[in-house]
Amino acid sequence: MEKNHLLELHKLIRKHKLYDNLFAIFGLIALFSALFILFVLILDLVNTGYPRISQTFLTNFPSRFPEKAGVLSAGVGSILVMLVTAFIAIPIGVAAGVYLEEYARKNWFTALIEINITNLAGVPSIVFGLMALGVFVYKFGLGSSILTAGLTLSLLILPIIITATREAIRTIPGHIREASMAVGATKWQTVKHHVLPYSMGGILTGIVIALSRAIGETAPLITIGALTFIAFLPHPPFIPEAPYISFQWTMDAFTVLPIQMFNWISRPQKEFHVNAAAAGLILLSLTLAMNAIAIFIRYHFRKRIKW
Amino acid sequence: MSKPHLYAKNTWRKLREYFIELLLLLSACVAILATAGIVFILVYESSSFFVHVPLKDFLTGTEWTPLFDNPKYSILPLLSGTLVTTLVALFLAIPMGTIAAIYLSEYANSRLREIVKPLLELLAAVPTVVYGYFALLFVSPLLQKLIPTLSGFNMLSAGLVMGVMIIPYISSLSEDAMRAVPMHMREGAYALGSTKLQTALKVVMPGALSGITSAYILGISRAFGETMVVAIAAGMQPNLTWNPLEPASTITAYIVQVSMGDLPHNSIGYQTIFAAGLTLLLLTFLFNILGFILRKRFREIY
Repeated sequence: MEKNHLLELHKLIRKHKLYDNLFAIFGLIALFSALFILFVLILDLVNTGYPRISQTFLTNFPSRFPEKAGVLSAGVGSILVMLVTAFIAIPIGVAAGVYLEEYARKNWFTALIEINITNLAGVPSIVFGLMALGVFVYKFGLGSSILTAGLTLSLLILPIIITATREAIRTIPGHIREASMAVGATKWQTVKHHVLPYSMGGILTGIVIALSRAIGETAPLITIGALTFIAFLPHPPFIPEAPYISFQWTMDAFTVLPIQMFNWISRPQKEFHVNAAAAGLILLSLTLAMNAIAIFIRYHFRKRIKW
Repeated sequence: MSKPHLYAKNTWRKLREYFIELLLLLSACVAILATAGIVFILVYESSSFFVHVPLKDFLTGTEWTPLFDNPKYSILPLLSGTLVTTLVALFLAIPMGTIAAIYLSEYANSRLREIVKPLLELLAAVPTVVYGYFALLFVSPLLQKLIPTLSGFNMLSAGLVMGVMIIPYISSLSEDAMRAVPMHMREGAYALGSTKLQTALKVVMPGALSGITSAYILGISRAFGETMVVAIAAGMQPNLTWNPLEPASTITAYIVQVSMGDLPHNSIGYQTIFAAGLTLLLLTFLFNILGFILRKRFREIY
């Protein structure tokens, strides 16, 4: 009787150990199949798209003939839209983060701002596009321009930058601020000379991640009416006469890399799909490179600062 | 001589401090303006839409053909497409993401975790249009070999690829929640003779349920609002069906389809995308409220 009981117990233990080991294998499989899919995706893009990437692919305008088509206007469009986005989103995002962490009092208005930021982060990106279409394109009359695109993407990535800024600032111990104020610095001087420099690593990481998200964003830009076929470049930012700098280009029509890629995917001819893979490869490389930079910045700054 | 100078400097300084604070406050208010802009424009344009189309037709009809000669405005076909693709995505992402999270939090050593976690998060960094390409030109042909009746555009491959896309949202957040469960609770379970799996399922997961719920909700709202994957791979034909093997349009794909055409401003066709967008936003909002309630209900305080 006793012995039987013991045997049962052994059996039970063996059973649970087996489950445990099975799950460990299962977990590894789940993990690596997810990574494997990423690997296959990259491999597929490289296989199909890499042979297509050449100098003419980078310097040609889109064309009806797949072998003559290139990504010049899309690439320039992406760069310019990113420039406007960075120019708007970085100062506003960092300023809002600094305000919420360093200045804001705990009251209903601050709570309102915080709720709105959380909500914005959860809004589907295409809804930002609809808002931009209604407000920027028609109400403000900015049209389907590079400026509209930059404004739209800025609002889209604002929550990411604000949250990253706040988290970075929050890691700075309070005694740093107290020390600065004790020697007579004002609040802004404390922020400028201590808080911001020490949280730069986290803030930069957030900015790069946010911009990498913006560069691949497609849907909101289609919604505001970005064109898919552009065979000209925007106005040059520098002109020969005074004042030498022109902002005419911000009002120009544009296309960006992901939209160009979408356009090529939607065509029935196989040759265009090769172009799409090549554009996708460029886009993916940009995104992955930006993520690598973000990881590098985080690592670099984490090593340097010790409180 | 020196005193007035000091005072003047002080006033100037105070003024500057005040001005800077105002500037920072205004920046923070951009978030409120953006939300207000979104809600205002969606409600404003939708209200002109609902003047033409009774709410009852919008919610109960079976056809969505706003650009035809005999237009019918029922959101249901678009909603069914959205729900089916989202469900397919969750069907893949919730088990995979949860298992990966348990493995990373309870089984993996720290070196493996440090390497694998950022790699897994890259899945969420891939541009969605690239996922669309992958779904249409890689996954669909592959699935067609398994299911010969599958059409070129279908909700299955779009949903599956979307599922891969949201795995990191679910796994990362769930893992963070599980790692926040205090060690002594695990040790208590181990001391009673539990295996790692028993501890994970009966102690860690219930303890982290609040965080795991947020992870799921985030995954759901990502899949729900995802646009490019479905616009590329699921087809753009509104289709009231629950069969993932068929092509169908989603709310987001419809908005893209209309935006690519040349619809005159203020036409009813133009207003339909705002009505669709409002539906999308309301449903996303509903999910978030649900998540908030569940999170509160499952919150554990150690």
